[in-house]
Amino acid sequence: MNIKGQALIAGVFEHPDRLIPDKSTAQIHAEVVAGALADAGLQHSDVDGLISDATLGTGPMSITEYLGFNNLSYVDSTNSGGSSYMLHAGHAAAAIAMGKCNIAVVAMAGRPRSEKRGRPIVTGVPEHAFEEVFGPTGVGLYALAAKRHMHEYGTTSAELAEIKVAASTHAQHNPNALLKKVVTVDEVLDSPMISDPLHRLDCCVTTDGGGAMVIVSPEVAKSLDRAAPVILGQGEAVGHSGNGRRDLTATAAVQSGPRAFEEAGITPSNIDYAGIYDSFTITVLETIEDLGFCAKGEGGGFVSDGGLIAPFGHLPTNTDGGGLCNNHPNRRGGMVKIVEAVRQLRGEAHPEVQIPDCEFALIHGTGGMIATRHVSSTLILGRTQ
Amino acid sequence: MSAELPAPVPAVDPETQVFWDATAEGRLLLSYCKVCQQAFWYPRSHCPDCGTDQVEWLEASGRGTIYSYTPQTRIGGDYSSVDELILAYVELDEGPMVMTNIVDFDPDQLTIGQAVEVTFHDTGEGSALYRFRPVNPA
Repeated sequence: MNIKGQALIAGVFEHPDRLIPDKSTAQIHAEVVAGALADAGLQHSDVDGLISDATLGTGPMSITEYLGFNNLSYVDSTNSGGSSYMLHAGHAAAAIAMGKCNIAVVAMAGRPRSEKRGRPIVTGVPEHAFEEVFGPTGVGLYALAAKRHMHEYGTTSAELAEIKVAASTHAQHNPNALLKKVVTVDEVLDSPMISDPLHRLDCCVTTDGGGAMVIVSPEVAKSLDRAAPVILGQGEAVGHSGNGRRDLTATAAVQSGPRAFEEAGITPSNIDYAGIYDSFTITVLETIEDLGFCAKGEGGGFVSDGGLIAPFGHLPTNTDGGGLCNNHPNRRGGMVKIVEAVRQLRGEAHPEVQIPDCEFALIHGTGGMIATRHVSSTLILGRTQ
Repeated sequence: MSAELPAPVPAVDPETQVFWDATAEGRLLLSYCKVCQQAFWYPRSHCPDCGTDQVEWLEASGRGTIYSYTPQTRIGGDYSSVDELILAYVELDEGPMVMTNIVDFDPDQLTIGQAVEVTFHDTGEGSALYRFRPVNPA
């Protein structure tokens, strides 16, 4: 038994704002849930499953109460950082397949820009004493991976910059994107160096905002008017330091990718659209290699010369502008990537970036830090049942 | 550079007290699994490979090579007063890789694969940070 074809994404919503000083984080949750339910054509009272990332209070309690759901037969508050929502989609599909619920809402929101919050540092965990005293920054931890990838495979800063160029080329068509200006490789390389080899324009944006999706059973989907892409497979894996011997040029996508492809019964060559987690340019490069779109070490060539640019690149990626240009609400990029994949599969992406006859989409999340510990999750969607 | 580098105090708990006490004496300890017959990082009571508690302390040579490094800026927190801090992973001669800072280096010569040795920076609270500096060629 697996989740292939057992659940569909009937509704999605990406909050249009990127700076929200005048609303509470809970209020943004309510707005994105209402938006996703309206997109699906469903009512608040229809919801019998709720999944959140547990960033608002403890587990699912506060959010369930605030939103006022009274008939939940399934709750989940898995928190794996920015990849949480790919796990949520897979877990919701499994719950629906087992009859635990029929209409599950997944919601996330946050306001790091308005609250001027930095990267959250978790104390009281065993690794803390052996890391935080040395002052690691989020950019620095990804720079360690980038530096090693360059050392082993000859990857260049100009190749990493191509990933930002592709994102900006897409973002110019997204009226809600935080950064809509098309940039060149030289502009990326001329931007301030934050943590060598990563420049400012190798880093994702930080935004207020949020998003939500509604995942339903096939029976519910049949009763709705809206096109609902189907969940074909999902894989998850944790990458960590093990016994202290590790390879920073690869992520746990090496495990999560094959699990998702096997469940879906397709291969990387079938993928028409990719949403690849882009906390930093290096995150995209390593992930593309790990998922098998090219061999390890060949990502630099793969992303060059418009390889990621829709609609004609060999792997159109992050057509909303991604976390690098569009949106990275609450420092978590996963939900927004699922929303854009649903747009592509429905044929509702911006005409300039819509992939013709888009049948299969892959969305991949990398939560946490690839240089320390992270959760990778790969989600594969199809246009129709 | 290292003279003015802050040395933040680590959170010591019963599981890691021996490790941090040793740093104050200028010794770097590794956890060593007697079943797997290898050292692992970070220090803990049970082996992450086999799960047993057949774990003892092994004093490291303090020598290794730079696996990766990056000059960080805009660090904040305990390092707000520092313009640049080298964050690195050093691969110890015993096998495991440790997160650390590189100090006392010539910026033109810093490179992956460079041989380094441990140096201890006292936190003033009964512990010391194990940082690494290039081994000067003889």
